[in-house]
Amino acid sequence: MSESLLTPSAATALARPRSKVELFYTFSQMALQGFGGVLAVVQFELVDRKRWMTHAQFVEEWSVAQIMPGPNVVNLCLMIGGRYFGIKGALAALAGLICFPLVIVLALAILFGGVSDQPAAQGALRGMGAVAAGLITATGLKLINALPGNAMGWGACLILALLSFVGVGLLRWPLAWMLLGLGTTASVYAYYKLTQLAMARQEAQG
Amino acid sequence: MIETVNWLDFWTLFQHFASLSLLGVGGAITSAPEMHRFLVDETHWLSDMQFTSSIALAQAAPGPNVLFVALMGWNVGLNAGGGFAAGPWAWALGGLGVIATLVGIMLPSSVLTYTATRWAHRNRDLRAVKAFKTGMAPIVIALLICTGWLLTAAHNQPARDWPLWLLTAVSAVLVWRTKMHLLWLLGAGALLGGLGIV
Repeated sequence: MSESLLTPSAATALARPRSKVELFYTFSQMALQGFGGVLAVVQFELVDRKRWMTHAQFVEEWSVAQIMPGPNVVNLCLMIGGRYFGIKGALAALAGLICFPLVIVLALAILFGGVSDQPAAQGALRGMGAVAAGLITATGLKLINALPGNAMGWGACLILALLSFVGVGLLRWPLAWMLLGLGTTASVYAYYKLTQLAMARQEAQG
Repeated sequence: MIETVNWLDFWTLFQHFASLSLLGVGGAITSAPEMHRFLVDETHWLSDMQFTSSIALAQAAPGPNVLFVALMGWNVGLNAGGGFAAGPWAWALGGLGVIATLVGIMLPSSVLTYTATRWAHRNRDLRAVKAFKTGMAPIVIALLICTGWLLTAAHNQPARDWPLWLLTAVSAVLVWRTKMHLLWLLGAGALLGGLGIV
């Protein structure tokens, strides 16, 4: 079933989860260590500590998890859980990822709700909200590093990014319009550019 | 109390988040601007403060970022039940809100991911798959920056709010350029805010 994980060279060194319970606890553990996102922890645990996959396999899985809609880490845990134990494995991993963090976050919300009329608590949350806005912005800024390699070219990327920002951020258009309209246009254009690149490469090879 | 709760609203809530689920390429946070438009501007189920605090609290807690969606559902439910102080009935509605939003945001994308993963894995070199990734990249990045912008722009009085904007800008640069742990920044933000400096 897991053709990519059990290529002959890698099969000898790789471990695998023994049970759905182990999947549940592994993902719980990872989720509880991940503040402000879980990706870095997931990579360390799955590749370096548990040895369920190699670095290269992790990058492959991650790129698929990213292109699928939905939270990336949720996608990744469904894919990994599903590979070992089918749908039950996927659900065990997902439950592990969500359960304890959900309890903690609700407890935080309740604690905060109890003091939310205190100026200090409101101030603290205002401050944390401002930092959170910065964190999300920074995640976007970091990802700009991925754009110079983009087949559409720097100029097209900049125009697409600006259009998205103006549409959703300034004009407050519904996201669906932007993703369907602009996203489809961009994907078609990217397909065209990738085709051009492939043809150029063929010609170069004679 | 029971008469005042419109059960259809929870279904609408579920439907809205379910419809956002498949649009959330790059994570649910890229749909935050749309959630804001729906929950705050259109239905008034959440205040601006509750919306922002849902995201801030989820960032401060361990676990996947998508849990901010659960907090929004929790707050919508609590509001419908008259607030946390109103007792178990409101808490139950909060729980229902959590289920509506969290299952809504995860169910469609999870089903799609689970069933399409094998196909995508086998076809990861296919040009259509690559074109989708390539085309979506700049849009997804812009939407992340956009979310930061909308959270900041909710505080719209320059004379009063400039320290807050400064804090956002400084944290963005620190996270972007350094490897500083996020918890320190969130802690610093809580401290500055708690002392009334921002």
